[in-house]
Amino acid sequence: MALLNFNVQDRPRQAYTSMAVLLIGLLIFPFIAAQFGNSWVRIIDIALLYIMLALGLNIVVGFAGLLDLGYIAFFAVGAYLTGLLASPQFAQLLESIVNYSPAVGATLVSWFGPGIQQNGIHLSVWLIVPLAAAVAGLCGALLGAPTLKLRGDYLAIVTLGFGEIIRIFMNNLNDPINFTNGPQGINSIDPVRIFAVNLAGEPGSRANVVLGGFSMPSVNAYYFLFLFLCIAIVFVTARLQHSRLGRAWVAIREDEIAAKAMGINTRNVKLLAFSMGASFGGVAGAMFASFQGFVSPESFSLTESIAVLAMVVLGGIGHIPGVVMGGVLLAALPEVLRHVVEPAQVAVFGKVLIESEVLRQLLYGLALVLIMLNRPAGLWPSPKHEDRPDAAETNKGEAFPA
Amino acid sequence: MSEKVILNISGVNKRFGGLAALTDVGIKIMQGQIYGLIGPNGAGKTTFFNVITGLYQPDTGTFELAGKPYSPSAPHEVAKAGIARTFQNIRLFGEMTALENVMVGRHVRSHQGVFGAVFRHKAARQEEAAIRARAQELLDFVGIGAFADRTSKYLSYGDQRRLEIARALATDPQLLALDEPAAGMNATEKLALRELLVKIKAEGKTVLLIEHDVKLMMGLCDRITVLEYGKPIAEGVPAEIQKNQAVIDAYLGGAHK
Repeated sequence: MALLNFNVQDRPRQAYTSMAVLLIGLLIFPFIAAQFGNSWVRIIDIALLYIMLALGLNIVVGFAGLLDLGYIAFFAVGAYLTGLLASPQFAQLLESIVNYSPAVGATLVSWFGPGIQQNGIHLSVWLIVPLAAAVAGLCGALLGAPTLKLRGDYLAIVTLGFGEIIRIFMNNLNDPINFTNGPQGINSIDPVRIFAVNLAGEPGSRANVVLGGFSMPSVNAYYFLFLFLCIAIVFVTARLQHSRLGRAWVAIREDEIAAKAMGINTRNVKLLAFSMGASFGGVAGAMFASFQGFVSPESFSLTESIAVLAMVVLGGIGHIPGVVMGGVLLAALPEVLRHVVEPAQVAVFGKVLIESEVLRQLLYGLALVLIMLNRPAGLWPSPKHEDRPDAAETNKGEAFPA
Repeated sequence: MSEKVILNISGVNKRFGGLAALTDVGIKIMQGQIYGLIGPNGAGKTTFFNVITGLYQPDTGTFELAGKPYSPSAPHEVAKAGIARTFQNIRLFGEMTALENVMVGRHVRSHQGVFGAVFRHKAARQEEAAIRARAQELLDFVGIGAFADRTSKYLSYGDQRRLEIARALATDPQLLALDEPAAGMNATEKLALRELLVKIKAEGKTVLLIEHDVKLMMGLCDRITVLEYGKPIAEGVPAEIQKNQAVIDAYLGGAHK
């Protein structure tokens, strides 16, 4: 990666230039992509959501070395929280409580008032995002607590179980009290509204967002929101990495007993890692729900957890630019294939020989195998310190004062 | 040398099932001493070490550090109280640089949390700079300052030992506990280690040392305790220990007479 360099500590000038170039590229990107159709921007929107997830998981897996296979659960928590607090769903919840237990229901209805009973709760995005982060973070700590003594394979199995538990909860928490609307999922979730600008476009605008006489497609508006959140998350994780806490996480990853002996309270520091990672997942989930307007348990299956983990591992575990790249590649490539492969086959052979979905699975597996064989540390791993730079020279001096 | 007691431990018992690993072991270390703990293989030296530093829970025992009782219930609490240790089989944070390893040692004496890390306000920046400066200072002190940016797992064996000592010193310990620091070292490296320990002592630090190399111990330690089968069999200055019949029997067997 000679062109772009993000090593702020060693080469600040080059790193900041790279960042500026990248930022300009990212800012004009959707306008170029939109020329080829909004679906391309939409693909990138989804990729940005995956990057947020991968960055969150990177804290847990990459920094602290805790293999978490149920990470998508926190994405689900954020998404369903948004579904409950920014859609008509809460009205259904109240209704089911009234049916189940009129006494409790009446109290709740009088508490929330008739407006909420009719239309549900519609919180603003300014509340949803911090709330999603907080609730997912809390879930992260709660799910992390029982696993504190586990490592490696055992931790992976337990977290995998937790991920499935959350999904099954979402699938079944519709009876007798309807929290999640079960397998049908929650729909008509409010789009994001920032300073009275509806990112989905006002009704009748054909999904165009008008901002002071300047109009752009809704997907572009979401692109900028997600880009902003991604940059914020990159910023936070990068700062955490080079801090007292980041070092404590890596110390736990490298040798937990030695970390304890150095005075690191491994319980608290691990819970913090789970919780920070989960809160980013929660934010991504909230954005996903608002963007799609619909959530259902299908979106939070084990495959999704594995996909996010694959982004982290394939990009370069523990290295933020690598993780971002892994996220872009694994989230966008399948969609690109879907758009390119079938038309290409039609053009060449006159018919579709291999469906893109099949090809996607094939390439996905092949890519993972090849990368693990040839670049086991990921496509863009952390820069290694020279193993023995100018060893002869430094050894002359004080290597052995004896 | 001041006559302040740094570590006062008595009546430690530890059983693993039917095995009495430690029976009524005690130790009393004065400030500024290098205190040796020796004994044949399997005598319980490392077990005693692990009990002192909170890795194992003792069945009984009273623990006092610098006149204050401390509870060896969790290793991080012990480190905070002021005992820092190294390990018999080196346990560095392999992927981190030498400097970062020592910076981790400052964890327990610093405070910045998530807020400070993300916003890097003035206090956070100052603390971070202080951690870095102190870590570099300690690397220089143990003589590997030039290797600060090397990945620690690629350091030579002797330098890894030094790095582990620097990392332990970074916690500002009242007592530095070293578990077989000379294990696997050649004669030159042992000599260098010995000089380092003398240097640490000259800084006013107190050291508890487990070691097999009797020659090294006799010249270095102010006092020595000998363990055998989990029981203390002798305690005294090196000259006394050398002549003690029970110690000679323990090491050479009773039949040599």
